[in-house]
Amino acid sequence: MSTTTIDKLDSAETFGQQAFERLLLKRIDPTWLTAKRKEAWEIFQALDWPNPRDENWMRSDIRGLKLSKFAPNLDESVEISQAAPVRLLEGVEVSASVRSINGVVVGESLNPTLAAKGVVVGSLSRCARDHSATVEKYLHSLICPKSDRFAALQTAMWSDGFFVYVPRNVRLELPIHLHASMGDGQVDLSHTLIVLEQGAEATVLFESSSPDTASHGFHCGGVELIQHGNSHLRYVSLQDWGKGCWQFAHQRASVGRDSQLQWTVAAMGSRFAQVDQRVELVEPGARSQVNGVMFTQDRQHLVYNTLQHHIAPHCISDFLYKSVLQDSSRTVWRGMIKVSQGAQKTDGYQRNDNLLLSDTARADSIPGLEINADDVRCTHGSTSGRVDEELIFYAQSRGFTRSEAIRMIVTGFFQQIFDRITIQSVREALGAAIARQVRQYE
Amino acid sequence: MSHILRIENLHVSVNDKPILRGVNLVIKFGETHALMGPNGSGKSTLGLAISGHPNYQITEGSIWLDDANLTEMEADERSRAGIFMAFQRPVAIPGVKMADFLRHAATNVRHPDRKEGQDLIPMREFRKELKSRMEQLKMDPEFARRYVNDGFSGGEMKRAEILTMAMLSPKFSILDETDSGLDADAVRLASASIAEIGRDKMGLLIITHHDKLLEHNPPQFTHVMLGGRIVETGGAELARELHDHGYDRIRKAYPDADAANQQMLAKEESLAV
Ligand SMILES: Nc1ncnc2c1ncn2[C@@H]1O[C@H](COP(=O)(O)OP(=O)(O)OP(=O)(O)O)[C@@H](O)[C@H]1O
Ligand SMILES: [Mg+2]
Repeated sequence: MSTTTIDKLDSAETFGQQAFERLLLKRIDPTWLTAKRKEAWEIFQALDWPNPRDENWMRSDIRGLKLSKFAPNLDESVEISQAAPVRLLEGVEVSASVRSINGVVVGESLNPTLAAKGVVVGSLSRCARDHSATVEKYLHSLICPKSDRFAALQTAMWSDGFFVYVPRNVRLELPIHLHASMGDGQVDLSHTLIVLEQGAEATVLFESSSPDTASHGFHCGGVELIQHGNSHLRYVSLQDWGKGCWQFAHQRASVGRDSQLQWTVAAMGSRFAQVDQRVELVEPGARSQVNGVMFTQDRQHLVYNTLQHHIAPHCISDFLYKSVLQDSSRTVWRGMIKVSQGAQKTDGYQRNDNLLLSDTARADSIPGLEINADDVRCTHGSTSGRVDEELIFYAQSRGFTRSEAIRMIVTGFFQQIFDRITIQSVREALGAAIARQVRQYE
Repeated sequence: MSHILRIENLHVSVNDKPILRGVNLVIKFGETHALMGPNGSGKSTLGLAISGHPNYQITEGSIWLDDANLTEMEADERSRAGIFMAFQRPVAIPGVKMADFLRHAATNVRHPDRKEGQDLIPMREFRKELKSRMEQLKMDPEFARRYVNDGFSGGEMKRAEILTMAMLSPKFSILDETDSGLDADAVRLASASIAEIGRDKMGLLIITHHDKLLEHNPPQFTHVMLGGRIVETGGAELARELHDHGYDRIRKAYPDADAANQQMLAKEESLAV
């Protein structure tokens, strides 16, 4: 049975040798990049699609994915008939912004004062040429194409994406806004690479969306956040792809000495998503806080495999994911805190809470610890349950209708994460995005 | 204003277990009634049944607020019609600020025809009103920013319930042991607050085991519940008698009701085991 699943996924027509060669021909890449793509392509050819018996994939149902229905976007000029909504920009003044359509950047702007200070924000394809040495140093340094066939495909065929580089001791007061949009039935093979040098500070608001909630599409992407010592990064990502989209992503961060990362993920969209999110604490004093809100409906199925990897001693990692599920949707969270040998005085925390709004929704929550040092503190926990009827009655006895009561309880459930988001406009945008999702309840 | 809350031959079951067995009670707007009775006699059950808790099934009888049959209404409709209960054990709603909760609640109760999504009371106006009410109740303004009942002390919870009553100004309030769990000063403050907010401005049904609350709010009527029925009704002197001498006389006078009460308590204990 598993072999037929894999056959269906394979598509020599649209993601085959010919397509790859056409891509190489069309692109103007530096030689190191072409070599890197070819190497990944070899790996892609050699690998099988993920095996449903694999721990990371056993709760993922990708039988419905037919890659032959999608084709990589090889044209530099792309148009989208209908604009995809932007949610995180309302009331926000930004220092830079980059927009992409179907994985290709179509607009970039950067405050000239920052450009003069050496800040780089823009198309990853362009920057791979204009800032070749820097991009070469970091691109796909955290993501290994051997991780799985999607990672190999993305490393070989990534189309474009976003590059942010903040030089030493430069602090960006205003956020950077990145927007990836994908037309109905289209493909997004974009990559996001963010590098903060020593003492740098930045806030990046990333969002992905489709023209409307019913849109289909295939996103196979990567995110790499690289922080050198004493840097401070706030990275907010709102995933609002159409409810017919397939999403596969490898997202990684590497946090250096005494640096701080606050990574907030909000996932609303996609028919199916499989995200592999890892934070590596590579030098002493690094701290990470990862927050996630997921809100699913219909037959959505979101799978998150997360890792907090303590490589250096004296690091703190804090992780909180909260999901609310309605209809027959499903979420899977498989989290791991891994403490390497010698990473003493580690303080690791992970928690996942799920609120089920229907009998047919399902949340799998699998925390895990792998500890190879003896002087550490690691704690984890998870909860899953229905909305407490006593809370609904209490609110009703104060005049709330049943659906208003549920809406309020759901908002309250997410509030703990919103309380951690310091940017008011982002908090409001996420709140509004969530409010739109809450159904009317009888 | 003349409103009447009328409870007629009310029978209530929880999980098919009968608890109230024919309660009759009439409260007029502006009156204060005390409801007393030993543990497990059904006092909270009566309040929850009036409020519309879905687990409390009305198997017989009815509850009327003026011409409206409350038994056919959902809890929120009853609240909008003017019923309020300060709960013995209010639940916490994490992540929802008191001020936001009360603003939404007050809007719905004051505008019973409001549809979901329509405007709430303007923020400024509401904040001002909430602030002055909190000052009146000697509450720290910080309280409004805390999450509903989340991590509240027993006393804070009871005061939050009184604040809610003040903001909703219902026609009828049921106060279920709003004086329990409070220290002596807090009982005095709560009793005085209830008198200031509620006396003559609504009909009050006060459930209590103590006398302080009733000292500040002398009842025109005292009802004694035993085994799911109101077995005796008197004036303020009855409350005093029960407080001073307990329920021995009542239990002896109504052996059937006493037996029912014992039986309910026994069931409760066997369930607890
Ligand atoms: N939700 C419930 N589930 C099961 N039994 C219940 C429930 N609510 C009430 N009962 C039972 O009904 C009986 C009356 O309870 P109730 O809480 O109304 O008593 P009370 O007079 O308020 O007592 P107290 O003075 O201790 O507050 C008890 O035997 C109790 O166990
Ligand atoms: Mg009680």
